[in-house]
Amino acid sequence: MPAPNFCPRGSYVSANALKSPRTALELRRIIIGRIGWCLCGLGLLLVIGPLIDIVAVVTWHGIAAFSPHLFTENTTGPNGGLANAIAGTFLITLFAMLIAIPLGVSAGIHLSEYGRGKLASATRFMSDTLTGTPSIVLGYFSYIVMIIGLGWGFSLAAASITIAILIVPYLARITELSLQQVPNTMREAAYALGAKDSTVVFKVVLPAASSGVLTGALLALAISVGETAPLIYTAGWSNYGWNGQFAHEPVAYLTYVIWTFIDQPDAKSHALAFAAAFLVMVVVLAINVGVRLTVRRKKLV
Amino acid sequence: MKLRPFRLTVLGLSLLIPAALCAVVLFLVLYSGQAIVFNGLRFLTQVNWNLGDLYDDPVVVHGIQVPAGANYGILVFIAGTLASSAIAIVIAVPLAVGASIFLAEIVPSKIRPALSMLVELIAVVPSVVFGLWGIAVLVPFIGHYLSPNGSGYGLLAASIVLALMITPIIASTLLDALLQVPRENRESAFALGATHFEVVMKAIMPMVRTTLIGGIVLALGRALGETMAVLMVSGGGLNILPTSLFSPISTISSFIASQLDSAETDPTNMSVRALAEIALVLFIITLSVNACAKLLSSGVLRVRKRA
Repeated sequence: MPAPNFCPRGSYVSANALKSPRTALELRRIIIGRIGWCLCGLGLLLVIGPLIDIVAVVTWHGIAAFSPHLFTENTTGPNGGLANAIAGTFLITLFAMLIAIPLGVSAGIHLSEYGRGKLASATRFMSDTLTGTPSIVLGYFSYIVMIIGLGWGFSLAAASITIAILIVPYLARITELSLQQVPNTMREAAYALGAKDSTVVFKVVLPAASSGVLTGALLALAISVGETAPLIYTAGWSNYGWNGQFAHEPVAYLTYVIWTFIDQPDAKSHALAFAAAFLVMVVVLAINVGVRLTVRRKKLV
Repeated sequence: MKLRPFRLTVLGLSLLIPAALCAVVLFLVLYSGQAIVFNGLRFLTQVNWNLGDLYDDPVVVHGIQVPAGANYGILVFIAGTLASSAIAIVIAVPLAVGASIFLAEIVPSKIRPALSMLVELIAVVPSVVFGLWGIAVLVPFIGHYLSPNGSGYGLLAASIVLALMITPIIASTLLDALLQVPRENRESAFALGATHFEVVMKAIMPMVRTTLIGGIVLALGRALGETMAVLMVSGGGLNILPTSLFSPISTISSFIASQLDSAETDPTNMSVRALAEIALVLFIITLSVNACAKLLSSGVLRVRKRA
């Protein structure tokens, strides 16, 4: 009889080391296990495969359609470039962030530093509810309030405010989570030196949590660049660049090009759609990969 | 009590979030009021969505001006939403469970972060890019190989795209739970002579069942509200209930997104009001699904404490 060799996987010792023939039951269990693992691996392949295919297809067609005049010419039907759409997406995102960051960070400060009691937990619950609300519902809300009710028409203001409503809850949540990771002793030390509430927050807590808040802002930026549904009813579409008006003047945006131009019959429109999708995807993926590589597996979202 | 201006300022700003949510609900209810009165319960049970004659003189029903012949029924969209989300869940759950088990158990811990990051990245791809991929790759594939009528647009395409979009939500929730199962559970199962796969199936999966269900409900909430990808590949079916996997459908959200033009041309504004009512229905559906997810995830904590 061979010496029973040590096997790190304890479960196989009886089968392997003693070399007794496997019973039909043991065989069946092992085979079921093998099949099960194969199916699990197949599942992972089927999950990651499409992502790789999406990135590959969009990159392939997007790069094929790439040329310098995308950035210099406005869209004129299937011809021209994407300059107006790029500028529009940039402006919508910029003003949405300008509105959302002060609000979201303040809300996060309140919830993390002073947010005990019923009111704060109600705010948290409503914030989660707002995150879960379909973005098209928010867009339609803005349509009836700002476009029809206030009479702004399709406009940069309506689009930016809608996107801001969409991302404020994210910012509040991420700010709250990252401020909570700042140790309490730092706050106590600051208060003990006689610091005011605002000094403690702005000079001690926020600087210590700045990377988390910045992460939140970047993720919110990625969301606002990739959004389409809330803009359909608020931004409209324009073949021209921005003329400085906040209301009564529709704006172009990149994601609009993607979903409408791909439905056109001609190849030029399709090329523009893929170029726009490539730009949007690169921005969104770059932000997310960058954030995830620097902040490793911190459960923030 | 001392007045604390800074605390009051951040409190005031944080209250804007609940205020925004309340405003959304309030204005949708106010604006759809006339539509709710005009439609009654037929809204939810009728198949036919007809804007009426927009160029004729409007008629007055119950004191409300509506275009002649207008009829608003959203059963088709409710059916489309539920069917596409249900099929998406059926596709996504096995994939997500398999993928996260494989990631947690087989993949070496050195490359696990990279692969799980890939899975999470799927969730951040904008939905309009998913739609574009659907039109460029998935729809021709279904039309060519699967569909009896040669058109790839429809329920199946919408469900597959939705499934891809929600898989990472289920998978990352489940992966986190799998990695937190105590070592004792797996070791005692191994000691009883179970194979590795049996350990996973019989000792680990039961521990994470509630988390899994919570993740599925969360994903369902996402699928129900998803707009652009579905709008682009669903075929935009109107006024007819889906009969097969290849029927064109509309979901509630994709229908709202597609109706901008008709909403603008209605002189009585009734279709805008009816669309607000649809948005309200969608809001209520997603709110209740998300509330379920929340209840389930708070239930998980209770079970863990007891164990």
